[in-house]
Amino acid sequence: MSDTDDPSQSPSPSAAGYVGIQNSPEFHDLRRSLRRFVIPTTIFFLVWYASYVLLGAFAHDFMAIKLWGNINVGLLVGLGQFVTTFVITGLYVRFANRELDPRADAIRARQEGAHR
Amino acid sequence: MTSSLAADTVGNPAINISIFAAFVVATLFIVIRVSRRNTTATEFFTAGRAFSGPQNGIAIAGDYLSAASFLGIAGAIAIYGYDGFLYSIGFLVAWLVALLLVAELLRNTGKFTMADVLSFRLKQKPVRLAAAASTMTVSLFYLLAQMAGAGGLVALLLDIHGKLAQSVVIAVVGVLMIVYVLVGGMAGTTWVQIIKAVLLVAGAAVMTVMVLAKFGFNFSDILGSAQTMMHQATGKGLASRDVLAPGAQYGGSVTSKINLLSLGLALVLGTAGLPHVLMRFYTVPTAKEARRSVVWAIGIIGAFYLFTLALGYGAAAIVGPDRILKAPGGQNSAAPLLALELGGVVLLGIISAVAFATILAVVAGLTITASASFAHDVYASVMKGHEVTEREQVRVSRITAVVLGVAAIGLGILANGQNVAFLVALAFAVAASANLPTIIYSLYWRRFNTRGALWSMYGGLISCIVLIVISPAVSGNKTAMIPGADFAWFPLSNPGIVSIPLAFVLGIVGTLTSSDRGNPALQAEMEVRALTGIGAEKAAPH
Repeated sequence: MSDTDDPSQSPSPSAAGYVGIQNSPEFHDLRRSLRRFVIPTTIFFLVWYASYVLLGAFAHDFMAIKLWGNINVGLLVGLGQFVTTFVITGLYVRFANRELDPRADAIRARQEGAHR
Repeated sequence: MTSSLAADTVGNPAINISIFAAFVVATLFIVIRVSRRNTTATEFFTAGRAFSGPQNGIAIAGDYLSAASFLGIAGAIAIYGYDGFLYSIGFLVAWLVALLLVAELLRNTGKFTMADVLSFRLKQKPVRLAAAASTMTVSLFYLLAQMAGAGGLVALLLDIHGKLAQSVVIAVVGVLMIVYVLVGGMAGTTWVQIIKAVLLVAGAAVMTVMVLAKFGFNFSDILGSAQTMMHQATGKGLASRDVLAPGAQYGGSVTSKINLLSLGLALVLGTAGLPHVLMRFYTVPTAKEARRSVVWAIGIIGAFYLFTLALGYGAAAIVGPDRILKAPGGQNSAAPLLALELGGVVLLGIISAVAFATILAVVAGLTITASASFAHDVYASVMKGHEVTEREQVRVSRITAVVLGVAAIGLGILANGQNVAFLVALAFAVAASANLPTIIYSLYWRRFNTRGALWSMYGGLISCIVLIVISPAVSGNKTAMIPGADFAWFPLSNPGIVSIPLAFVLGIVGTLTSSDRGNPALQAEMEVRALTGIGAEKAAPH
């Protein structure tokens, strides 16, 4: 970056420092934790959303089945997308606060401590 | 005759204008108060990174809940029923991509614009140029949609039918937006977004409660009445529509079903590639605040889309599809007409002022993003090789805002009358094709290199634009932008299903066919910064 001497930035390690952190077991652990949550969750919600869109495009009769009054399957599946979005958001925040932040904070604290 | 008479003169133009004017004066006052500094680029582009997560989350909702969400989705549900609901779901689920894959990592690696992240470990100049090109294109499509919404709304409220008079009002909206950006910078724009988001969500909530109350809080009855009104409608093809199940808009041929898939894909992958949404993540001090802001945004946006479901079906049930389609502004006037039925002239005035404010605020947010991208990525980085002061970048950005404002006014006049949600979906398709693949690859794929980025960005951008130009949205039928001509060789009105996979594939092919292995040191720096926040841009000192 062109302006690394900007006083508004926190102290940056050297290029070798970054490679060192990237190769450290703590960093591997952080990256593994992040991907362990993010990748399966992303696959899940994309598949679930894709099934919804496919049902909307090709299964009109199924979506039109009435359950209570005028409330049909399509409406419930659609509202189900809202529910899963809210639930995944909540789960991710809990996961990030418990699992990701402490790991990232530890790596950052060690690096900033070494810098001073 | 009485119903068409009522649709011709909606509300009282004097009340509408005075409520709108009060909003403009109040927000301008705030914009001027919060923008005393704005001399450094960090102040102007990111408001000193000093907003809290919740504040930024509300502002994101303000940026995101554009006229497309309010006027467009309510109108689409009122006229097509269930198929309009798909917009809401796509627009909401898309936030998971932003939350899980992009927001925090982007906050940690970038400075002012999307290009900061994309070009971090690649060749600066060509990648920044490509990112700036796609930022400007997405912003222009989005602007065009907002301007079209402004035109329709004005037509309805002030009872202005002449194209020339509507054009004048679009120009006034454009000038106001330039003023907000020039005076307010990011801080002023963010406050406008926050105020507008609160007003919009509160307005929609009040209307939702009123609609529900009218039907004894029985949602099933609203659906039933909406269907009954549709069966009684006299407009062409309306009476046979089943509005409770999918298929009214995308039901017929296989082509139209594929069109629905294409739209769904563009919606869910577009959000995390929208430059003006991404830029908002730089206005908070840390990645944790970026995460909190997305959570707030998801909560507000989700609640709002639940309201639009009630508003859309409510408009069908209470106003009726015939009146909506005959009103000046067409589909986009469903929500304002519903306000008139529910709360008379005053509620209509308030809701319309909120809708105007929505357009104004979103347009200001888009303008600041596009002008920041030009000043920071094209002018400072590519043309001047970083040899410019921040003051100079801000000056160039202000000039760009004026130029963009003028361009948006012109395009808005052209697009006047199109469904706003549909137009915004095109902007999403461009964002998902040109930006998202490169964002994901550069954050998660170590081998990714400059050629992959350029192929993916230009391939996605160009294929998307070309397919839109030769689509039925632009020519070949009565509702197209250029109804007189016919060069609609591509059958789908949304190009996402072709251009998005193409851009992902081009990124892989471009990367693997190049011997460029990238810079491992920069890759390490980017990944460590992204995941830990080491070296991330801090909030400006106060």
